[in-house]
Amino acid sequence: MAEVQFRFRDDEMVGDPGVTVGAFGEQSNAAAVRLEPGDEARDLLPHLSRLRLIEINFPVYGDGRGYTAARVLREAGYTGELRAVGDVLVDQLAFMRRCGFDAFAPEVPLDPADAQAALDRYPEVYQPAADGRVAIWAKRHADVQGG
Amino acid sequence: MYKYDTYDQAMVDARVEEFRDQVRRRIDGHLSEDQFKPLRLMNGLYLQLHAYMLRVAVPYGTLSGAQMHALGDIADKYDRGYGHFTTRQNIQYNWIKLDEAPNILADLAKVEMHAIQTSGNCIRNTSSDQYAGAAADEVTDPRPYAELIRQWSTFHPEFCYLPRKFKIAVIASETDRAAMRLHDIGVQIVRGEGGELGAAFYVGGGMGRTPMIGPLIKAFVPLDQFITYAEACLRVYNRHGRRDNKYKARIKILVHELGKEEYTRQVEAEFAHLLSQNIEPPTAELERIKAQFADPAFETGLSEELDRSDPDFALWVDNNCVTHKASGYIAVTISLKPIGGIPGDASADQMRLMAALAAQYSFDELRVTHAQNIVLAHVRKDQLYALWQALDEAGLGTANLDLVGDIIACPGLDYCSLANARSIPVAQKIGQRLAAKEQQIGELKLKISGCINACGHHHAGHIGILGVDRKGTENYQLLLGGCEGADTSLGQITGPGFDEDGIVDAVEKATEVYLSTREGNERFLDTYRRIGMAPFKEALYG
Amino acid sequence: MKLLTGNDLKSGAVTWWDGVQWSLHVEEAIDVGDHADSILARESATRRVNAAYAIEASKDEKGVRPAHIKERIRALGPTVRPDLTLKPADPEAGQWVI
Ligand code: SF4
Repeated sequence: MAEVQFRFRDDEMVGDPGVTVGAFGEQSNAAAVRLEPGDEARDLLPHLSRLRLIEINFPVYGDGRGYTAARVLREAGYTGELRAVGDVLVDQLAFMRRCGFDAFAPEVPLDPADAQAALDRYPEVYQPAADGRVAIWAKRHADVQGG
Repeated sequence: MYKYDTYDQAMVDARVEEFRDQVRRRIDGHLSEDQFKPLRLMNGLYLQLHAYMLRVAVPYGTLSGAQMHALGDIADKYDRGYGHFTTRQNIQYNWIKLDEAPNILADLAKVEMHAIQTSGNCIRNTSSDQYAGAAADEVTDPRPYAELIRQWSTFHPEFCYLPRKFKIAVIASETDRAAMRLHDIGVQIVRGEGGELGAAFYVGGGMGRTPMIGPLIKAFVPLDQFITYAEACLRVYNRHGRRDNKYKARIKILVHELGKEEYTRQVEAEFAHLLSQNIEPPTAELERIKAQFADPAFETGLSEELDRSDPDFALWVDNNCVTHKASGYIAVTISLKPIGGIPGDASADQMRLMAALAAQYSFDELRVTHAQNIVLAHVRKDQLYALWQALDEAGLGTANLDLVGDIIACPGLDYCSLANARSIPVAQKIGQRLAAKEQQIGELKLKISGCINACGHHHAGHIGILGVDRKGTENYQLLLGGCEGADTSLGQITGPGFDEDGIVDAVEKATEVYLSTREGNERFLDTYRRIGMAPFKEALYG
Repeated sequence: MKLLTGNDLKSGAVTWWDGVQWSLHVEEAIDVGDHADSILARESATRRVNAAYAIEASKDEKGVRPAHIKERIRALGPTVRPDLTLKPADPEAGQWVI
């Protein structure tokens, strides 16, 4: 299994790899689960309180279902680790961060400088997502919105 | 029109630097072509038959004079002195060098333009009505809503790796001039029962291999929930759209396979959830944008009279100009379809001239139409003759809007790496063959695509032509009866295909059937709808 | 015969493998026989060519002729802009494509 190369949280890492969604349903004590692109993230919602790690697999970078899965989980209040694994590339990192991922285990390790540059690239965001950043359109009217 | 503030400018500038960095990583070998391809595509950079091609976004088809001027300069500086206006209201350059592409983006950024998301499986540039702000029949100017969509969809973190590309159109009148229902999402701004504005959503239209007319899934979305509803539509698609087969990945297939009711149900459920997430822009933002699309300062008390004593001018007025909502003004279409020319191509000099004429005669604003022409939306009638003379002198005075010479044609096999057959030579030959008869024939929308991807909208042509590859040679299928607009219909294939000369003959025969059977002032399409396919088949194959 | 073709990474120009390097002229392309894959692997790695692939062609007294019209258009340039092709002075050049 690929190493976690970037992690943006301070709590202790869950050692066990995530079990499949199928196994998770049967194993009532598992604290880590791994979602494949076809899995329904909302199936996990009843169990969020005991989950500490959700891995979302990107078998190919072009399959973007994991972005929606991540946001759905964050919108439902999940605060544990959300780890992108698989075909994770430099130029997708910033999007993934915005959708709520806070750990990355790319199959092929990334150049750390390139990764940092990609994460720092955009000074602002046009729309709200799962990262709490304030969208440009809200900043423009901050006075009207009361801050 | 919309002006960038420091936020917009910072985003575009950041994109230029990002792409510069990506190109550097590609050239020095850190990125393979497989990894680089989606990145360059999201900046509109394709590898075509002869070189790289750059597609520049013209948001909702509206340009300032300075922007059009810059497009001309780019054509000279980085390309071979011309550009191609596309059916999606964008412009493409055909001879781009990879290491110069970041500099082009930097030049574009200086005039508040970019190539962001002009390709790739993301939300593309939003299209709109070319007469927005000028049309007498609109309930409001649709472009502020398109601008809101631009902001929402730009670098949308969840929707940059959709199953397939995603195209949105926004209109605000009953007459649909943007083929709205042939988009992944078509939005029509409408008035509700109490007179307030809202958005009707049509989802799942499209052309390509399986053309479909988008069904209405929601008749009225209040404007303070507009973006939230769009987000719900996209999220259901991103989650459930097919990814196993590229040809079944567009949202039209999802809507079709789930059924309109089930897709709508899922969108409604997601919408209810997203309403709790507060993702809607503040209403003040829409007001801010709207203020930038306020009417220009139309003069009042102008004469409605036109001196029609020059017959060439009178013909051009009758063909290329439409009524304006303000008295004393008229909306003008500059045809980029000279007889025998390349549909949609304009030289650098022509672009700069159109820019200057826009500044002089049309409040410094131009539009690109999906029929690959240019519109000057607000021209004073008492200045129309002078404008026409300047256009005519530059080869831009062709009087053929919506006539058979006003052919939509994609680049086809002369440029496009996906093509099966050439489109442009067919357009040129048909234009030349029928030039003498086109006034007599009247409105006839002819559309040519070089492959099933249908960039030339052949399904929506009164006459459509599709290039196919028949055992290594170019072959052309003929379709009849397509139409975009309020009475959208899809063209039907007549039968076996034709070679290049054969298709020109076939089109001529179809027009002869029409001319000999039309009643009253029926258009070609009306006659076809009345008499059906049989008489045409008889003439073509009998 | 089998030819190799691709585009120059930086300029995007159409190129043909001439045995030593990538030429702009299809007439200089050589038959690579069974070696297509190994040459492609090597050349792609050195990034002298982009998105290269092998195609079928024939050769007669008039020169090398790719089997498919698409490759012939790539070899010449857009038929609708003879001035921008590799043979701007030859009005008949477009005929070769068809
Ligand atoms: S329709 Fe086909 S040939 Fe024409 S531009 Fe689109 S992809 Fe290329």
